Amino acid sequence: MARVVVDVMLKPEILDPQGQAIARKLPQLGFSGVTAVRQGKRFEVEVDGPADDAALEQVRKIAETLLANPVIETFEVRPL
Amino acid sequence: MDAARVGVITFPGSLDDRDAARAVRLAGAEPVALWHADDDLKDVDAVVLPGGFSYGDYLRAGAIARFAPLMGALVDAAHGGLPVLGICNGFQVLCESHLLPGALLPNAGLHFVCRDQRLRIDDADTAWTRDYSTGQEIVVPIKNRDGRYVADPRTLAELEGEGRVVARYLDLNPNGSLNDIAGVRNEAGNVVGLMPHPEHAVESLTGPSTDGLGFFTSIVKRLVEA
Repeated sequence: MARVVVDVMLKPEILDPQGQAIARKLPQLGFSGVTAVRQGKRFEVEVDGPADDAALEQVRKIAETLLANPVIETFEVRPL
Repeated sequence: MDAARVGVITFPGSLDDRDAARAVRLAGAEPVALWHADDDLKDVDAVVLPGGFSYGDYLRAGAIARFAPLMGALVDAAHGGLPVLGICNGFQVLCESHLLPGALLPNAGLHFVCRDQRLRIDDADTAWTRDYSTGQEIVVPIKNRDGRYVADPRTLAELEGEGRVVARYLDLNPNGSLNDIAGVRNEAGNVVGLMPHPEHAVESLTGPSTDGLGFFTSIVKRLVEA
């Protein structure tokens, strides 16, 4: 059994108001020097065999089919 | 002659399917209930995808509804010219299905928006807007959380260049949609997506106007002519 991580992020040109809201809050909490925050999603996909090339390829397929919308998002796949 | 038959799909989490069916009836057509888990469009002449929160909007609005069994048949039929109108969540489902370009993201203001909204019909030449005139202003409710229309610059330029923006927000942009876009159509003009809710503006007792009825009378006339 292995886990594969899929990170999904909005494309950089797309406005992320949630990330902006988080970034605006930080100075009030005493954190300085943060210039921007972008919020994304992380999926952990458990597969029943090893996280080999075939498993990673399948998770990549899952990511582009369902987990991410390629119109607005990019994704990265890696073994945990 | 038999009344035109307009299907209304119910997904788990659809909210406005009954209002859509009522609007279809008021426009003079027969509403036909379609169920997401069937694979049969029941020979309807057109289809409305209603508003709501199909599958709880899990993952992304419309992302799971897109894979409902009925959607396979709908996508094929839409490519074949079947008139399809997606309202609010239905618009999100049509974008996720790639029947329409672009996507709908959380409102720029991060709040759920519910108000009567002034719109301008910018394309009165689609299957769903022929009863309007281009440039006509209407008032219908809008109520959404994920209503911010986005598309890449090339797609946006195409939509504008080909006159495929069906409706635009006036007065204020309630959700940060690019170019104030409230609705778009596919190239052929049979598939239209709209974020505001014309089906809630078909009777003066319950709506801010009856301006929304035109979407439904448009399709009825088109079907009678066909």
